[in-house]
Amino acid sequence: MKWETVIGLEVHTQLATKSKIFSGSSTAFGAAPNTQASAVDIALPGVLPVLNRGAVECAIRFGLAIGANLNRVNVFDRKNYFYPDLPKGYQISQLARPIVEGGALKIVVPSTGSGQSEERTIHLTRAHLEEDAGKSLHEDFHGMTGIDLNRAGTPLLEIVSEPEMRSSAEAVAYARALHTLVTWIGICDGNMQEGSFRVDANVSVRPVGQAEFGTRREIKNLNSFRFLQQAIDYEVRWQIETLEDGGRIQQATVLFDPDTGETRMMRSKEEAHDYRYFPDPDLLPIRLDEGWIETVRANLPELPAAMQARFQNDYGVSAYDASVLTGTRALAEYFEAAARACGQGKLAANWVMGEFSAALNKAELDIAQSPVSAAQLGALIARIQDGTLSGKLAKQVFEGLWEGAGEVDAIIEARGLKQMSDSGELEKIIDEVLAANPKSVEEFRSGKDKAFNALVGQVMKASRGKANPAQVNELLKAKLQ
Amino acid sequence: MPDTSLSALAAQLAARQVSSRELAQTYLDRIAALNPAINAFITVDAEKTLAEAAAADALIAAGNAGPLTGVPIAHKDIFCTDGWLTTCGSKMLSNFVAPYDAHVIQRFKAAGMPSLGKTNMDEFAMGSSNETSFFGAVKNPWNPAYVPGGSSGGAAACVAARMAPAATGTDTGGSIRQPAALCGITGLKPTYGLVSRFGMIAFASSLDQAGPMAPSAEDCALLLNVMTGFDPNDSTSLERDKEDYTRDLQKPLAGLRVGLPKEFFAEGLNSEVAAAVDAAVNELKKLGATTVEISLANSKLAIPVYYVLAPAEASSNLSRFDGVRYGYRAPEYADLNDMYAKTRAQGFGAEVKRRILIGTYVLSHGYYDAYYLQAQKIRRLIADDFAEAFKACDVILGPTAPGTAFKLGEKSDDPVEMYLNDLYTIPANLAGLPGMSLPCGFDAQGLPIGLQLVGNYFSEAKMLNVAHQYQRATDWHARRPEGLQ
Repeated sequence: MKWETVIGLEVHTQLATKSKIFSGSSTAFGAAPNTQASAVDIALPGVLPVLNRGAVECAIRFGLAIGANLNRVNVFDRKNYFYPDLPKGYQISQLARPIVEGGALKIVVPSTGSGQSEERTIHLTRAHLEEDAGKSLHEDFHGMTGIDLNRAGTPLLEIVSEPEMRSSAEAVAYARALHTLVTWIGICDGNMQEGSFRVDANVSVRPVGQAEFGTRREIKNLNSFRFLQQAIDYEVRWQIETLEDGGRIQQATVLFDPDTGETRMMRSKEEAHDYRYFPDPDLLPIRLDEGWIETVRANLPELPAAMQARFQNDYGVSAYDASVLTGTRALAEYFEAAARACGQGKLAANWVMGEFSAALNKAELDIAQSPVSAAQLGALIARIQDGTLSGKLAKQVFEGLWEGAGEVDAIIEARGLKQMSDSGELEKIIDEVLAANPKSVEEFRSGKDKAFNALVGQVMKASRGKANPAQVNELLKAKLQ
Repeated sequence: MPDTSLSALAAQLAARQVSSRELAQTYLDRIAALNPAINAFITVDAEKTLAEAAAADALIAAGNAGPLTGVPIAHKDIFCTDGWLTTCGSKMLSNFVAPYDAHVIQRFKAAGMPSLGKTNMDEFAMGSSNETSFFGAVKNPWNPAYVPGGSSGGAAACVAARMAPAATGTDTGGSIRQPAALCGITGLKPTYGLVSRFGMIAFASSLDQAGPMAPSAEDCALLLNVMTGFDPNDSTSLERDKEDYTRDLQKPLAGLRVGLPKEFFAEGLNSEVAAAVDAAVNELKKLGATTVEISLANSKLAIPVYYVLAPAEASSNLSRFDGVRYGYRAPEYADLNDMYAKTRAQGFGAEVKRRILIGTYVLSHGYYDAYYLQAQKIRRLIADDFAEAFKACDVILGPTAPGTAFKLGEKSDDPVEMYLNDLYTIPANLAGLPGMSLPCGFDAQGLPIGLQLVGNYFSEAKMLNVAHQYQRATDWHARRPEGLQ
């Protein structure tokens, strides 16, 4: 039997507000336990939540960025359950009337093997505001559990997709596109190690052609794209094997263990909580007035999808390259600045995605920390375009830029990397090479084309790489005829 | 001294006829003498009280006194009070010393009013007799075999016994008005949102409202001036211009239209209470008021609606009492769930557990629509009835409670019978309207009878005007229990 995979993602993005969603405590990561937990965060008797409008604004930005419907009146609900790191015994969330409904995200799924990369649109169900819980620390307390409430009350936007993805690759492409977007519009720092972007994957399989969904299992708390891919791949294999062995899938929540690469059951549907949602009487409904929405809209940057389209149009890059170049806002801005500086979009794209990205990765640097500015890279590319540098020489100049050896022209000058443009000088070298290699000349004349390449190589070598290869070809041909 | 009104006490303080310390000491002495029999206070701390009084005296001496600076007041033990035990009448918080002041406490402190202590109450404000307190029942000062009402029973009893010149209370379904009625004092529940709930331990958030309790309407007006005002820490607090609630006290009542809801004078009302309320209506007519019969048809559903919504909110509000961070924790338990179960089984009393169970049930999957949503719809209908009624009248008048105080233990085994005590008070909470109770007579056994006024939103000054004019013409509010020195 052929199986089809169905995946929907729920992503918890931690909003980049300075203070918590219902209290004035700081949201900074990594402080000593419970030093960022106020009376409200630890749920002392009598305390009340006060909404941080900054968190609402983040949700509005997101809703506008994905073309969603913003519910002009949306409501906070209480989700009731007991857990030691949930101080109130309920989480303030949004169930019936979330702030964001609908919307869509364009993704580019990379090609697998020989195939083309594929563009798809994934629709979103909703996105709602809620508060994070604290953390339970089970180590270091000798049979007891430590509770750190620093994270309690940190604002989250939970973003729920429709079950429209059909492979782990699509799920990862969606998660990456979402990660790009939320960091792009500045509502999330995107730090997955610190838990700022956490993914839950709802996975099911069904026979190809079947209309209704199979029973899903939810993989909780995946904090890297690699784990997301591995977890889904394992889960899909497991579900198909189970079904083919005559078993049934039970609805459940599972955890992914990166060490074994397997998912394991956390709780079954029967053990699921009845959260007893009801509207939080301590908070008024959030009302979004048009003026507020328009102000937020006016302050939105150009979005990745728009920029991708423009890059294809203005700079002639491929759809896939455009999606890579808009992987982060910083990369996109860097590319565009470099492309504008040299007027060579495709060449700039190759350099930004190739030499430049490789150098950053190797040095483990962010774009903001790059020793080579976009203007410098543009100037370098301009020197390739005007024939001053060959690609090979340009790489040496790039190294010079990276080391901080100065501006492009100064490095070319100082290191003597200028491509030979004086044909008299080049002709002299060619004459010397022809004189020194009579055998190759002979071979060429007797019809062996390979000998020509050998002669070109000799000329390039003799010029120490500075000869313009096209010019060498031209002159050699002329001299050998 | 104990019969002196707040304005007279303030005048004596201003004239340096008495110091705040002397005044506080007088009341502390009276508490020491009477509280063992009445049990109105959970916590008394003379040292703290006298220190606050000394600070008030310094303010007076420096010429920085406000209208009530130096006048002491007792606070219901539902308000978090920095450095004071704040128990909410429960074993669950029997060891909880609040690290911060409720907004209401901050306001009284800022007004220079020393705290005489924390008053007894039904556990988590759930009760109409003050018998559910972990700290023992409060006795009615008019007859210690009878209950004082609840949940602000300690507040009502301490004012009735003149152990404090005034007290704070809270009212979720009648918890200020019903004990005020049963103890023969005046109490006012303001419009929802007028007094900040910050620091007031939540029972049912959409209904809870703090208010003043004192012998007279004039006293309540002065206290309301202190208590009300916008608080950014409470999202349901209303941002309005500051009002002087004493401004209309002296207005004549000529032309006042008093609405009499026919449903409040029907079956179930004690005849002595009915007679006293009728007499009060006649008194108001003599003062120039006219009456009009109105209907609050949906208020017959107020009790079932209340006993869905209030427990629903309470079941969630009380989840934080889990033994993890503060308060009571069971001494022995096997694992996390066992700790929760034992802590809450041991820490909460029977009435609180009953309401948590009801609330959990009505919010459960499959029952929510039938109970919670349905109740919210009827709640709106009840509010609509009031809106319609206020087209024809300025203030609604009726009995506060269907009867006078009942004997301790008389209704404690029958929750439904107990719940019926709040029949007339609950509608105002559901609608968010202001209501007050004032004394209007006594039954044959000498127990006080309460008259209830319900006003339109933000009509506290009007209600206080009516009550004050009535109290100028009568002396029911000035009487106090015999046999209490």
